[in-house]
Amino acid sequence: MSVLVIAEHDNASLNDATRAAVTAAGQIGGDIHVLVAGKDAKAVAEAAAKLDGVKTVLHADSDALDKRLAEAMETLVLKIADKYDAILAPATTGGKNFMPRIAAKLDVAMISDITSVEAPDTFVRPIYAGNAMMTVKSKDAKKVITVRPTTFEKAGDGGSAAIETLDAPAPAASSKFVREELSKSDRPELAQAKIVISGGRGMGSGENFAIIEKVADKLGAAVGASRAAVDAGFVPNDYQVGQTGKVVAPELYIAVGISGAIQHLAGMKDSKVIVAINKDEEAPIFQVADYGLVADLFKAVPELEEELGKAGY
Amino acid sequence: MKILVPVKRVVDYNVKVRVKPDQSGVDLANVKMSMNPFCEIAVEEAIRLKEKGLAEEIVAVSIGPAQAQETIRTALAMGADRGIHVTADAGVEPLGVAKILKAIAEEEKPELIILGKQAIDDDTNATGQMLAALLGWPQATFASKVEKEGDGLNVTREIDGGLQTIHVSLPAIVTTDLRLNEPRYASLPNIMKAKRKPIDAKTPEDYGVDVAPRLEVLKVAEPPKRQAGVKVESVADLVSKLKNAGVL
Repeated sequence: MSVLVIAEHDNASLNDATRAAVTAAGQIGGDIHVLVAGKDAKAVAEAAAKLDGVKTVLHADSDALDKRLAEAMETLVLKIADKYDAILAPATTGGKNFMPRIAAKLDVAMISDITSVEAPDTFVRPIYAGNAMMTVKSKDAKKVITVRPTTFEKAGDGGSAAIETLDAPAPAASSKFVREELSKSDRPELAQAKIVISGGRGMGSGENFAIIEKVADKLGAAVGASRAAVDAGFVPNDYQVGQTGKVVAPELYIAVGISGAIQHLAGMKDSKVIVAINKDEEAPIFQVADYGLVADLFKAVPELEEELGKAGY
Repeated sequence: MKILVPVKRVVDYNVKVRVKPDQSGVDLANVKMSMNPFCEIAVEEAIRLKEKGLAEEIVAVSIGPAQAQETIRTALAMGADRGIHVTADAGVEPLGVAKILKAIAEEEKPELIILGKQAIDDDTNATGQMLAALLGWPQATFASKVEKEGDGLNVTREIDGGLQTIHVSLPAIVTTDLRLNEPRYASLPNIMKAKRKPIDAKTPEDYGVDVAPRLEVLKVAEPPKRQAGVKVESVADLVSKLKNAGVL
């Protein structure tokens, strides 16, 4: 039995979400191979080769794989799919984009966003925005799975897998990359940060996020937002934490001026410690918070910055 | 250009679902049902393309129980021209849905199929991509902007870390993300008019598709509950408690 994990990366470094998928692959059992598809992504292949438990890294490199568009990924993975009992990718926007294409071509079900491996053919996944957890047993011979990165331990370094080169497919004629606008920030990425501080509709405006950013800079934290704050235009969409945004599970999550809609809770309730600052003591966010502070955020957040300063941050 | 818009009937966005005590599923008795919000965005986008003169006809398709007709009527009231209802149990998996839609696409020959990126019941996020694969068409998922460009479309996609724009040739599949548009409400005259728009009645057998599920649901359980913690009196108190908890 063997399992293929498709690596998430930006051609320069391996995304930690891949480590979670490798851990899930280990729980399914068998030899683990990691596919690194990209352009000039040798460093990523080398990083993948060091992952604990990985036997072989397959490296396909070409212009066509630069942005890992779904059509090219389908062609590439289908060429090698025969050899594997399960094909996994992290449930990032990349994996969510190309994995169902592969599943359809293999005529198997898509098993999305698993949070646990119960048996090699049985998995738990959230439905209804995480309000219910469904355990499913696959009847298909081959499993195509995306893995929720926050619920699996991240595989460490310690392996020394062989790297094999794989022929890259020709670019698909029907789709091509035009441009990308990625948010630039010195702060850590939301999905990977140890501390996240998020603002909601209570922030009142985009400018007011400055007080949150100051705290974030002291703590080395990532800045997030609720869907309400994003829809109100305070911050860009990639700040969004929630079922339809990013799912995060940091050591510490600080929710500021966020009421705690189900949508938002689904994206952060697996955080280790949750702090809520809200002036409405009835806000549902307090029902999941380990520490709740009923206060005006415009007083409390600057005070938090000051207290952190006193504490040596 | 003809646009096909598949729509799904799901539990209304505002309903907090309850898991059945026997863990066989969620309790859908007497629960308000609506069109999946991402599907509404898909219908709206199709109508806007028609209003811009880029499309001539919009066909709404739903695969589901008898009541899925209401969901098609909603799409017709918003501005779709006609409907196709494929009667099936509520539990058809994305692969089965994609196979039926492939057969419909081969009959109808649309140049564009717009779908919601995911249904808010099973949250699978797969039907559009699967349909694209089965048809051999390009896909532009998680769209926040759709523009005509040359003979194809430029689609801006919401990806981790920002936005990505890709060009796809037609025919193509687009799946919608939240910020693509704000769907309109149907006006009363349009709701009345929609009652006279035609809906074809079909079955999966008409398309020769086997919709037997590939996944056996062993159980549906409540998620682990978080216990509410304590209220702190001041920011200083908060910082000292966080230090004691070892997260600062």
